[in-house]
Amino acid sequence: MSSEWPLWEVFIRGQHGLNHRHVGSLHAPDAEMAINNARDVYTRRNEGVSIWVVRSADITASAPSEKGPLFDPSNSKVYRHPTFFDIPDEVGHM
Amino acid sequence: MYAQMVKTDAARVKSLDEMEPQERTFQERVDQGQKIEPKEWMPEGYRKTLIRQISQHAHSEIVGQLPEGNWITRAPTLERKAILLAKVQDEAGHGLYLYCAAETLGVSRDEMYEQLHSGKAKYSSIFNYPTLTWADIGAIGWLVDGAAIMNQVPLQRCSYGPYARAMVRICKEESFHQRQGYDILMKMVKGTPAQKAMVQDALNRWWWPSLMMFGPSDDASVHSAQSMAWKIKQNSNDELRQKFVDQTVPQAEYLGLTVPDPDLKWNEEKGGYDFGEPDWEEFFNVIAGNGPCNAERLDARRKAWDDGAWFRDGLTAHAEKAAGRRAAAKIAAE
Repeated sequence: MSSEWPLWEVFIRGQHGLNHRHVGSLHAPDAEMAINNARDVYTRRNEGVSIWVVRSADITASAPSEKGPLFDPSNSKVYRHPTFFDIPDEVGHM
Repeated sequence: MYAQMVKTDAARVKSLDEMEPQERTFQERVDQGQKIEPKEWMPEGYRKTLIRQISQHAHSEIVGQLPEGNWITRAPTLERKAILLAKVQDEAGHGLYLYCAAETLGVSRDEMYEQLHSGKAKYSSIFNYPTLTWADIGAIGWLVDGAAIMNQVPLQRCSYGPYARAMVRICKEESFHQRQGYDILMKMVKGTPAQKAMVQDALNRWWWPSLMMFGPSDDASVHSAQSMAWKIKQNSNDELRQKFVDQTVPQAEYLGLTVPDPDLKWNEEKGGYDFGEPDWEEFFNVIAGNGPCNAERLDARRKAWDDGAWFRDGLTAHAEKAAGRRAAAKIAAE
């Protein structure tokens, strides 16, 4: 029996000039067929104007167990948000 | 629903105090309504139950194409044919979203196909009934997709991220399916007496199997309790069946049809209908593989898989050859 086709992750750019967004995955023998299949599986109702496919095996993901070390450092830096600074009403919109 | 009687391996539902720290953290996250994602720690029973449920659900979408596919070449108009084709194509898409969600739990696509083709995996009992007339296509959209929606809407809030997200996509598309079915029937009941009789006959044959889609009462089932604790399941089978009956009876009345249940009666006190018990012996028989079309459905799936082997192999060979040529051209250029 033939071997299973590789898995591809599918990213679609919607109509409104947004970033490509991950929508799901599918199996295909090569990139060209992955695009064709993605068209049929994920854009049957005009959901997109552009498709990216990438082999799932080529994606490097952060480990869930490293969530703390990766993301905690930014939690304490509240001054990165504009609401940290009080601007008097008299100054107007800023 | 599309996954009936999913087992959980649980003997009883554990309390938080009885759990090891890792499992307790997991359960607390589920209780808080957080989504569980593929690579995160999860109890083995949770993973296995989800694989069973999602793959059953996926198989149901795929096998579910067959009863309707039966009428694509015989649709009464070109427009109806195009609509039915689009509907059946959606079912294939739903199967694919779900297979992908199951694969994130560590089962391969080929394993799932093998389980379906060998008869080891289950799919919804409803797809083992024949589609004898065009009215059956209307009845399937209205009743079968209607029952599926009843079940799939709460599944959008399932604790497992990939399954919940697949459900969001599916629910968006499912509403078209139910409406196209009801539209077929609205047209037919305005037709000749023979056409109207055909619709009544379709309702007579699909009503009880549709109620069976929700599975037998599971109020006393430990599997159901465990699935609910894990937020894989949100409502009991009886709850959903009641909702379905309450929603569907007025729709049948609008069409001028009689629901084939002598016990059906509005109950003012509970604000819902009382209705009869489906024939559970028939249900267990169909689930066990002895329904009117079980053998035919599986044969059709196996035939499609086997007859497509040369084409899949061809695409693989082409992909390998093209990759080889690209590699050779790169070396030549260096």
